[in-house]
Order: sequence, then C-alpha cells, then structure tokens
Amino acid sequence: MFNLTPEDWVAVRLSLRIASVATLVALPFGTAVAYLLARKNFWGKSLLDAIVHLPLVLPPVVTGYLLLITFGRRAPIGAFLADHLGIVFSFRWTGAALACGIMAFPLMVRAIRLSLEAIDRRLEDAASTLGANRFWLFTTITLPLALPGIIAGMMLAFARALGEFGATITFVSNIPGETQTISAAIYTLTQVPGGDAAALDLVIVAVIISVAALMASEFFARRAGARLHGV
Amino acid sequence: MLVVEVEKKLGGFTLNAPFVSEGGCTVLFGPSGAGKTSIINMIAGLMKPDRGRIVLDDTVLFDKNAGIDLAVWRRRIGYVFQEGRLFPHLSIRHNLDYGRWMGGHPADPAAFAQAVALLDIGHLLDRRPGKLSGGERQRVAVGRALLMKPRLLLLDEPLASLDSGRKDDILPYLVRLRDEAKVPMIYVSHDPNEVRRIASRVMRVEGGQVTATGGAELVN
Repeated sequence: MFNLTPEDWVAVRLSLRIASVATLVALPFGTAVAYLLARKNFWGKSLLDAIVHLPLVLPPVVTGYLLLITFGRRAPIGAFLADHLGIVFSFRWTGAALACGIMAFPLMVRAIRLSLEAIDRRLEDAASTLGANRFWLFTTITLPLALPGIIAGMMLAFARALGEFGATITFVSNIPGETQTISAAIYTLTQVPGGDAAALDLVIVAVIISVAALMASEFFARRAGARLHGV
Repeated sequence: MLVVEVEKKLGGFTLNAPFVSEGGCTVLFGPSGAGKTSIINMIAGLMKPDRGRIVLDDTVLFDKNAGIDLAVWRRRIGYVFQEGRLFPHLSIRHNLDYGRWMGGHPADPAAFAQAVALLDIGHLLDRRPGKLSGGERQRVAVGRALLMKPRLLLLDEPLASLDSGRKDDILPYLVRLRDEAKVPMIYVSHDPNEVRRIASRVMRVEGGQVTATGGAELVN
C-alpha cells in the first residue's frame, strides 16, 4: 500500500517511541504540577503557571535553543546529568523526547488541571471521614475521578509530541535513525527536488497515526466517563 | 460520651452551643442557617473551631489551648451527608467496604451481611451509585458510615432530599440502627415528624445558641 523505504520506517518507529516516552515521562510531572496549580496556594504560583505555559507561546525554535544552552553536552545541567547519571540528551533520541515532552507539557497540565478543578470536593471530605489519609484520598478518589481529563491530557500531549518539529530540530538536529522523526523526515524529503511524492507516503502515515490516537483517546475517555456516571 | 464546648464565628453570628451527649440519638433541631451542620462538621473535623474543645470518650479530638486538632481521617466518626456523597466510580459493594479498607481492618462478612440486611440493600451491591434512587442512595450512605465501625455517627438531614413517602421508608431503618447497632448518633433535622420518631434527646439550636434541651416533646 505504501512505498515507505526502510529509512521511512525507522523515522515512523522513532516518532512513536519519542512521542510515547515523552508522554509517559511527562505524565507524573504533569499530574503533580496540575495538582499544585488546581489545589494549592503558594508563593510563586503565577510564576509556575507562566513557566509551564511558556512553551505554548514561545516560538519552538526559541524553546529548542533554550534546551540547547541548558541540556547540551557542555551546558551546566546537561554536563552534570551526563557525568553523574550517564544521561545524555544532545543529538540523541532522548533529547528529542525531552524537547517533545516540554512542548507537550502545557497541554497536558491544562487538561489534567481542568479535570481536577471539576471534582466535587465534598466527595473527598466524605472519603476522609471514612478514614482515608492524604495518600489514599488521592489514589482512590481524586485520581480516578480525574481519569477522563488525564486521558485527554495524555492524548493531547502525544499528538503534540508527534507533531513537534521546531524545538526538536534546533536542540538535537535531524539525524536519521537517532533524532529524525516523521516531521523531520518529511521536511528533509521536501528539500530535495522531486521528493514531494516520497513525502506524501509519510504524510499519510502521520495522518493515520494521529486519527488512531484521537479515536483511542475518545474511546478510553468515554469508558472512563461512563464509569464515573454509573453506567 | 461526647463533650462539645466550642465557639466559631460564622457569617452573621457566633456559634456557641455547648452540649454533652451520652449515647442514643441526640437531635439538633432548629431552622436552617442556625449552625447545626457547622456543629457536626466541627465534630467530624471538616470545620475548625475558633476556640474550645471536643472530647469523644477518652479521645481529645480538638483542644485549642492544648494545640490538638486530630485529623479527620483519624477520628473514626461516621458521617451521613444530606446528599449521600457516594463515590460514583465505585460499585455499591466497594462504597460500603471503603471505610473498612481505609481503616486497614480485615473483612468482616458477618458485619457486612448484617448491615446489608438491616438497610435492605443486598440487591444493589453490584450496581453503581448513578443508577440508584434517592432513598436507596441514602440507605447505602448510612451503611457505608456504619461499616467503618464508627465511634459516633453524624447524620446531617439524611432524609431532607427525599419526598415524605420515601422518608417513611427509611426512618424505620434509622430507628433500628439506634436500637440494634447501638452506635451513638448526632442527628441534624428541622422536620418535627422525623425528630419525634428518632430522638432520644433533643436540643433546639437557634442563631448559633442552644435555646432548649429536652425530650422529643420539645418539637411539639
């Protein structure tokens, strides 16, 4: 059906891996930040809110540049992580996942925050009268009630990560087999005379993956919502 | 024995309604807005008094001067809310089991079966709260509070959201609860019919003060 070259398949697999890892790693952080923003009042809350939303408003190239000067091999945080924990981001697929995760982060936090704010706090009061401490309250009541929003947040983050281009290419470049995602591969093909036709197959794959992700998230969110409403 | 001596500044008045309850069903009776719900919220730990103390048997739940404020989840006080507040994502069985589970107690099939029979909710166990009628929901809410083996049961107008026919269906269950389960109860209500049937003792609360104390004859 498709005339995808082996290189194209590499890009597809890499994209899926990068987007999945970015989404899964961002999830606990996104949930924690959403919880802080939805429930807690603390000094610097609006600053945290602004920082989280920054990738949404900054040009992606700027975000990529900022990543380069903080997580690059010789940059302070990047050098520390590489020397002490063996985690290298620059010009690796892990760096692409970091860039995608950060670009997707605000969308994930927004969706989870909204669902946390929509929870009936009186249910949590009821749970604490029944003996639930803060940990159990969160895991048995808050988290399940926020599940539809968490699923929506993961879907948005995955879609955003899959489509990420500017920050990734700025931070980790466009290396086939390491950091060349579907988007970057399409871009590369369109830069070559007559490459449009080859790019079309990758475009179709990108559309199929996006639609499948959308439908899967609709399905899971509906199931989670149905559970909440007792059907 | 429950001793409540607290003060709390609310919207238009200061709540100051000291009382002692020695088992049975103590009804807080009075018009809405009198501070009845605030009193039981302070006993449960959901609202913090400005000053005073609350002691249940040998446990100090709250003592402003001593700096004691026992966390809600450590108080082991059952609370039946006006609107049930069943957990929508859990089956009725799991709603009923929630308190036992949180308390870390082993399963007690005998107590479970007894509560289910007392409240006549056996046919609901595998359903979810969304599908229940108002009366069924309140019976489950009572069962859920009962099965956590509370030292005290607080009921905040548990029948207020039901029509009078449904009320008459549930009241006998509550009377049986008082007489058979022998859990001390604090019952908030402004319905004289209800009070006459359930109360061992009545305290009239108006404007944040206890204006009269006595038996069920108080509501006539």
